[in-house]
Amino acid sequence: MSIQATSRSMSANEVAWAIAAAALTVLTLFIASKATNPFYAFHMIVFALAGLAAIVALGKRATSGVPAQAAQEINGKPNYNYGPIKFATVASVFWGVAGFLVGLIIALQLAYPALNFDFEYIQFGRLRPLHTSAVIFAFGGNVLLATSFYTVQRTCQARLAGDIAPWFVVLGYNLFIVIAGTGYLFGITQGKEYAEPEWYADLWLTIVWVAYLLVFLVTLWKRKEPHIYVANWFTLAFIVTIAVLHLGNNATIPVSIFSPKSYIVWSGVQDAMFQWWYGHNAVGFFLTAGFLAIMYYFVPKRAERPVYSYRLSIIHFWALIFLYIWAGPHHLHYTALPDWAQTLGMTFSIMLWMPSWGGMINGLMTLSGAWDKLRTDPVLRMMVVSVAFYGMSTFEGPMMSIKAVNSLSHYTDWTVGHVHSGALGWVGFVSFGAIYCLVPWLWNKKIYSMKLVNWHFWIATLGIVVYISAMWVAGIMQGLMWRAYTSLGFLEYSFIETVDAMHPFYVIRALGGAMFVIGSLIMAYNIWMTIASGEAAESADAGKPALAPAE
Amino acid sequence: MAGHNHDDIDHITGTSTTGHEWDGIKELNTPLPKWWLNLFYACIIWSVGYYVAYPAWPGISSYTKGVLGYSSRADVQVELDALKAQRASAAADLAKADLAAIKADPKMLAVALAQGKAAFGDNCAPCHGIGATGSKGYPNLNDDDWLWGGKLADIYTTLQNGIRSTNNGETRISAMPAFGKDGILKKEEIRTVSNYAVTLAGGKAEAGVDLKAGEKLFAENCASCHGDKGAGNPELGAPNLTDQIWLYGGKIEDVIETVTNSRAGVMPAWNERLDTATIKSLAVYVHSLGGGK
Repeated sequence: MSIQATSRSMSANEVAWAIAAAALTVLTLFIASKATNPFYAFHMIVFALAGLAAIVALGKRATSGVPAQAAQEINGKPNYNYGPIKFATVASVFWGVAGFLVGLIIALQLAYPALNFDFEYIQFGRLRPLHTSAVIFAFGGNVLLATSFYTVQRTCQARLAGDIAPWFVVLGYNLFIVIAGTGYLFGITQGKEYAEPEWYADLWLTIVWVAYLLVFLVTLWKRKEPHIYVANWFTLAFIVTIAVLHLGNNATIPVSIFSPKSYIVWSGVQDAMFQWWYGHNAVGFFLTAGFLAIMYYFVPKRAERPVYSYRLSIIHFWALIFLYIWAGPHHLHYTALPDWAQTLGMTFSIMLWMPSWGGMINGLMTLSGAWDKLRTDPVLRMMVVSVAFYGMSTFEGPMMSIKAVNSLSHYTDWTVGHVHSGALGWVGFVSFGAIYCLVPWLWNKKIYSMKLVNWHFWIATLGIVVYISAMWVAGIMQGLMWRAYTSLGFLEYSFIETVDAMHPFYVIRALGGAMFVIGSLIMAYNIWMTIASGEAAESADAGKPALAPAE
Repeated sequence: MAGHNHDDIDHITGTSTTGHEWDGIKELNTPLPKWWLNLFYACIIWSVGYYVAYPAWPGISSYTKGVLGYSSRADVQVELDALKAQRASAAADLAKADLAAIKADPKMLAVALAQGKAAFGDNCAPCHGIGATGSKGYPNLNDDDWLWGGKLADIYTTLQNGIRSTNNGETRISAMPAFGKDGILKKEEIRTVSNYAVTLAGGKAEAGVDLKAGEKLFAENCASCHGDKGAGNPELGAPNLTDQIWLYGGKIEDVIETVTNSRAGVMPAWNERLDTATIKSLAVYVHSLGGGK
């Protein structure tokens, strides 16, 4: 790469970004000076510092001689932009460990309530959204940013669009995570599940998300391949739909620009409907479509086999995105939601079963001809087990959406078990697999220890099985106890008795969670050692098949 | 970029590829699995059948009702009515009968105990515990030590009106003075009288405490409610101090805290939350736990 070592003046692009950063700094400092809440003022100061840091970084970029615009190609090969991807990859490992750890803490709090320590900032009610947001949005989100930016470049044979924009997306997204997470601890929340961040954090995420969409779209636009690869369809569906969901479920009016508090414009059952339309499709598009994109790139790549069926990928893609968006009402069975809406939510969930399994079939069957690799490659094994968990939880989900089943399972820990078989098994494992692929590819290093990957695989797999089994037993027992009547027509168990009965299973669940955490710590160590001191891979493009010649 | 060569065959499966290639990834032309497609159709057909049977599609001002005439609200009403009907005659009997009669009639007693247990779990257990064993500040209801009396009628009255309940005019009220906070006794005097109180239940006093002075202080300040010998008075809600049951702990420091600041625990009045039959059932249930008088 030909880097001019000499200083240059800032480009128009850099000046524009710096002006935006300065405007952010001035605005947030002004708000901080009049904020009604000290934590809100703190958040505004964080924004202001981020704006200042951005200005400094932009100035340094110019003076240190980084070219204003990176070359699109070098020697006829695409000049891929890996910097932001490296950042997001490392961030995902960091947030993953943090999020799993908070999950373990709240699991222990449920088993042993004394661990709340009567200290408001670490109450279960505040740590729970910290856990869910950390694992879904911080860990999962950074994995998605890293893999989508990697995949779109590689499958389009084009450098990521924009020079500063991809960094803005990755850093801006992580700033959102910090604001959201610390907000929960301070007690700043909308109280909407998976959409807890308040209006100002939502607004910031909207800006970041639009930038993400633009970077992705313009990169697709620049592609040298005439067709768009299936992984990119899923990523695009994920980005667009999450934008729509985010705007719909966060349509709030702030009390004042100087206050973190806002009120949603929807009311009553409409608000509930919006919430679960959002909530279910956060699962459908964030945790499913986005991670299917990972599967579609990393599984064939790692197995070195073609995707099983192109036709299946088309049909299940369109069926999935069409059907998923209607399934939300199954979260509101037997509530004030009208019966007709409950019916639609249930039937669309049932119809969703096969489209989901289409993804599973395409993932698993891509291994045909390469099954033997499962014995020797724990990374591939991790991804295949994740697809199996995907298949299992996408059968369990539609089943639980059936009203008769739901009347037993709803509000119990069965739901928690179901979510975690999807979250730990599917999302977690496909992410770990992708990280174990990405790090050696990005840093041109051999993985530090395959043996440790194997340990991670087995400890985490066992942990998941322990976790979800405990929750199945606990949930079904809880549901049966709630509905038990005596022959005289009185409830057989009081609620408090059902809570007491859960205790042993909460302990077992925490044990399973602890195993999953240990696995992630092994991964963090392995990744750290790979980047810090790993052996260089043989060739610059090791682990990657030769590039197809550009047309 | 590979060309659109549809004759590119994958040698392991023998299936042709689509001819495209992205970063080394190809796609096979495998047709849709038959079983997959059939199950997909079956789910769609099942859903359509469900739409015919149940409320489903919205219109402008109404929705398709379905041929079964199903409504979850009507369903719940049917179940609640059935439950009410099942309990009706027993509930009517309980409402009419007095507490002694309920206790004497095996059939009514069985219903009262079942209903009392269910109501206790939902309403009382959060403070008194699942087994009514109580905890600090919440009396154990299994023993025969009663602050406000352990006869059926006493328990019923306590349940009805609560203790220090702010929204009930007939609530049970006793107000032990906060001897320290209100400046009635000096710190040293409180320590002395607390030590004396602990010895009433057979506890050991701290070394060097003048128990004679404690006895005098007790007679002057405490005996009017707790009695000369500290045996308590359920009429006033004054606890018996001679047993080893301490609501707020029987260590010297606990008793000093009680004497210094007083405690004044609260129990809600249930007469506006629960119906008479339920409260009667609760009284019978609590009375049956072991210590009823």
